[in-house]
Amino acid sequence: MATNTVSETAEGLSLRQSRPRYGEKIIRFILALAAFVSIFTTFGIVISLLIPSIEFFMEVPITDFLFGTVWTPLFKNGEFGVIPLLSGTIVITLIAIAVAIPLGLGASIYLSEYASERVRKVLKPTLEVLAGIPTVVFGFFALEFLTQAILIKIFPEIEVFNALSAGLIMGVMIIPTIASLSEDAMAAVPSGLRDGAYALGSSKRQTAIKVVMPAALSGIVAAFVLGISRAIGETMIVTIAAGLQPQLSFNPLMGMQTMTSYIAAAGSGDLATGSIEYKSIFAVGMLLFLLTFLMNIFSIRLVRRFRQAYQ
Amino acid sequence: MNQPNEITMHLDHALSARGASIPPETSDPVFTLDNVSVYYSDYEAIRNVTLPIGRNEITAFIGPSGCGKSTLLRSFNRMNDLIPGAHLKGTVAYHGTDIYGPNVDPIEVRRKVGMVFQKPNVFPKSIYENVAYGPKVNGTKGNLDDLVEECLTRAALWNEVKDDLKKSAYALSGGQQQRLVIARCIAVKPEVILMDEPCASLDPLATAKIEDLMVELASEYTIIIVTHNMQQAARVSDRTAFFTAELDENEIRHGRLVEFGRTRELFSSPTDPRTEDYISGRFG
Ligand SMILES: Nc1ncnc2c1ncn2[C@@H]1O[C@H](COP(=O)(O)OP(=O)(O)OP(=O)(O)O)[C@@H](O)[C@H]1O
Ligand SMILES: [Mg+2]
Repeated sequence: MATNTVSETAEGLSLRQSRPRYGEKIIRFILALAAFVSIFTTFGIVISLLIPSIEFFMEVPITDFLFGTVWTPLFKNGEFGVIPLLSGTIVITLIAIAVAIPLGLGASIYLSEYASERVRKVLKPTLEVLAGIPTVVFGFFALEFLTQAILIKIFPEIEVFNALSAGLIMGVMIIPTIASLSEDAMAAVPSGLRDGAYALGSSKRQTAIKVVMPAALSGIVAAFVLGISRAIGETMIVTIAAGLQPQLSFNPLMGMQTMTSYIAAAGSGDLATGSIEYKSIFAVGMLLFLLTFLMNIFSIRLVRRFRQAYQ
Repeated sequence: MNQPNEITMHLDHALSARGASIPPETSDPVFTLDNVSVYYSDYEAIRNVTLPIGRNEITAFIGPSGCGKSTLLRSFNRMNDLIPGAHLKGTVAYHGTDIYGPNVDPIEVRRKVGMVFQKPNVFPKSIYENVAYGPKVNGTKGNLDDLVEECLTRAALWNEVKDDLKKSAYALSGGQQQRLVIARCIAVKPEVILMDEPCASLDPLATAKIEDLMVELASEYTIIIVTHNMQQAARVSDRTAFFTAELDENEIRHGRLVEFGRTRELFSSPTDPRTEDYISGRFG
């Protein structure tokens, strides 16, 4: 057999490409272009953030920016300490996490381990619809309904714009992200592991918590990170419901400004291009970008490790 | 034309040495199946099985693919309960108690009746944690080091892993993983171990180790094994149940028990021609 093939080739059986395949090359180019668009955009964003940020840091020392506790960009001799914006972001994100992680994880365990096929088929898409509601709707819901109709009765001293309502509603907003991705991770756990757990006399709860969840852990953590990134980057809800007062406070009943709502508010105002206030938008944007970028890298790593676990 | 004799002679050679001491009738059954039929929704996968499982014996289930061996095996520890729509008729009596009766907790059944699967399903935890898992969920508190060592020793794995107990179980070879699963199973101290083609994904050397282990474990446990390997059934089992899948009067396929008896007799002088055809390789 083998010698036969060799001799045929030697006798001139041509294995070279018989005609050029231009279509193939064009398709390949278009597909590559599609893949590179997002990379180019990311680079574009980084560069457009970087230049004004560098200009900003030539006027405001980076240590003043990172460690300063007063943010008054619109005052004469305004101060640019980003800590109040950072604390606002952190407080609201923590409230959102406190809502979204238990509920999202609970929903995902229910969907993947307890719900019947029929219930899951209805419930999962319904939950995912939540993710499709525009955030501006969530924002008004937080301000008009949650604060005015509920929170004010529980905490009479609450401010109209407050971190609590924004955080709670933001938590609700990211539940679908966390629930849906965690459910995917748990559904990907081989059923043999569940059988193994049940065969050792585990209850449903023990199987879900001691075998399925640890097996899906990196996928679940990646879902958390993605949900948290969304919370950090969320703008509309906080702008509407938490107000625009940059204050260094951990009292969730007070109004707060986050990095995103500062960017949105300042960016839509009439700041003179090239002014220091204008450049501060980019510095804050840069910080926000770096924070979410680091979180995403972290989650990609986790997801990769999660895939490796089952080869 | 065919040479059933030559093949059965070959199996004869494999027949376990334990065979001689097995009484003709099961005298002290751990399980007694009476007219058991198992359904997936309204499909009857296996019909009217009546069968005793002797204490400290190895019972082999053999038969062509799809005849319901796994289905029947999973009814001994109520694993079929986990499949939506699966249900059972007849009685599966464990020491006289119908395990499908009222007031029976399937979790308690599974603690008494362990199971080893075809694909080694080690948990993504350390070797130690795999063995300790069962005792922990069953409420054993305190130090499990001795139990872990004992079970790994019983499963003939201790010497290979004693320095790597904290390593991930995924780092083990397939054969080692299967022995780890056996160690994990006996850590719960079951009375019966069900094995569904435990060597199907293993090489001959790893298979030989598991077979030795089964024979070794039979002094203490009652074992039921499903296998496609005639040699294996002949080598390790004391009794064999042969199943086939047949069309009934309504042209619907369902599994049936054809013949059950001492492995020695079933392989050397089967009473049913279908058994003879199957074990001599003319069928399935
Ligand atoms: N979860 C299930 N739902 C519906 N039908 C099933 C299910 N599992 C098995 N069956 C059907 O029941 C019959 C018996 O299957 P079973 O797996 O018990 O056969 P088996 O003898 O173990 O076969 P094999 O030797 O291939 O493992 C088959 O017809 C199969 O299609
Ligand atoms: Mg099977």
